[in-house]
Amino acid sequence: MTRTLTVGVLALQGDVREHAAALEAVGTRAVPVRRISELEAVDGLVVPGGESTTIDKLLHVFGLVDPLRAMIKEGLPVYGSCAGMILLADRITGGTADQQTLGGMDVVVRRNAFGRQVDSFETDLEMAGLPGGPVRTAFIRAPWIEEAGDDVEVLARIPATDTSGREVAAAGKIVAARQGPLLATAFHPEITGDARVHGLFARIIAGDDEGRSAG
Amino acid sequence: MADETTTSAGVGQVGTARVKRGMAEMLKGGVIMDVVTPEQAKIAEDAGAVAVMALERVPADIRAQGGVSRMSDPDMIDGIIEAVSIPVMAKARIGHFVEAQVLQSLGVDYIDESEVLTPADYTNHIDKWGFTVPFVCGATNLGEALRRITEGAAMIRSKGEAGTGDVSNATTHMRQIRQQIRKLSSLPEDELYVAAKELQAPYELVAEVAREGKLPVVLFTAGGIATPADAAMMMQLGAEGVFVGSGIFKSGNPATRAKAIVQATTFFDDADVIAKVSRGLGEAMVGINVEEEPEPVRLAERGW
Repeated sequence: MTRTLTVGVLALQGDVREHAAALEAVGTRAVPVRRISELEAVDGLVVPGGESTTIDKLLHVFGLVDPLRAMIKEGLPVYGSCAGMILLADRITGGTADQQTLGGMDVVVRRNAFGRQVDSFETDLEMAGLPGGPVRTAFIRAPWIEEAGDDVEVLARIPATDTSGREVAAAGKIVAARQGPLLATAFHPEITGDARVHGLFARIIAGDDEGRSAG
Repeated sequence: MADETTTSAGVGQVGTARVKRGMAEMLKGGVIMDVVTPEQAKIAEDAGAVAVMALERVPADIRAQGGVSRMSDPDMIDGIIEAVSIPVMAKARIGHFVEAQVLQSLGVDYIDESEVLTPADYTNHIDKWGFTVPFVCGATNLGEALRRITEGAAMIRSKGEAGTGDVSNATTHMRQIRQQIRKLSSLPEDELYVAAKELQAPYELVAEVAREGKLPVVLFTAGGIATPADAAMMMQLGAEGVFVGSGIFKSGNPATRAKAIVQATTFFDDADVIAKVSRGLGEAMVGINVEEEPEPVRLAERGW
């Protein structure tokens, strides 16, 4: 990398600080973003975990929806975790009646797919394109990707069985994916101290990782 | 009760400290609103609340009506869970571990072991480690916060004085907690042992707070927040999010006020935004001056 990348973290609501720390850990400069003027200075954007309906409403109230959609269309790299994945989806299910998304990824995301907080869990998960073994992941009232278009590269699925060999109800569900410069995970690598997903995002921003579609 | 090896959809470990504390991280920068009906829950969700707190009576009514205040009727909690898609919290009495077991079985997303209800045990709080569902607890100072975390609380809120619309105690408690954290951070390591003794909290936790300069869990504020400016002030004082109890549904125009408080919490450091959202909100809740409230009725003094 010839210069330090500046990565915005959408700071309307959610775990902004954890994403900023993970971004700093992989050598990028993290800045909170709440205004259009702040958006113009970033090389990429993280949409953090949080409450997707709240973030959606605040995006509308503060006039960020149209500028962000335009920037995504023009190729702004964006990484969304959990609520962020919902906001990057072209279509969602299980949302509120008026809930909208920024869109950009040709996927259908089911909100709260894994259930309520008592069903939230952590586990180790293999993720394509991430060397160094499985990622420690935390799924918190997490969504999953129900359908993915042809241009979407699936990076991780829930395995068929758990570590003790028992069958898993959510087997095969897509929980990490990429489409060009857009990256999404249903889980929160930012709270488990494994910065490799943010490292991948930094490489996507820098153009060092073109993904499947370019290869 | 939780078994940390039970699996969710058969996938991984549920009820770990990380997913309990992590849930609170996802609520940061947001507003959690007290609601007593499914209709109010819907208004809160539409206004942009990150979660609702389901209870039978808001603190202002508990204060006015007196009597013993308990966990809500399960039918009422079910109704609210049905009505909204955002997280639903509910209150259990201090020390009432069976109310907590019931709330967990109803599928609430967070339990508030709350001084707003009448305590069920004047010695012990609930042992919160044994539950899959996470707990938030109130605190007036750092020692109290650390004792709750030791018992398994995954989130702390400053207590304030619920049901008054008077923000002064929330301010006092938030300043107190933050000031004690700053003081710990400035101490040499060999003075942390006595600091732990004085705080009546475990040394390891005290040393962790001194090292990190913050609590190991998310710190929200509660108790007396009634206006967008109240919420923004608490955020500027270091709260990571806001609970609003009676302040919304005891006001003249709940939907508008709820939206305004959500926006002021996000732009807590931008006076132009706070000024804009503070216009035309109608009547704030009438309010009770905490100083005029006789001490036996001060809820913040419940819990130890």
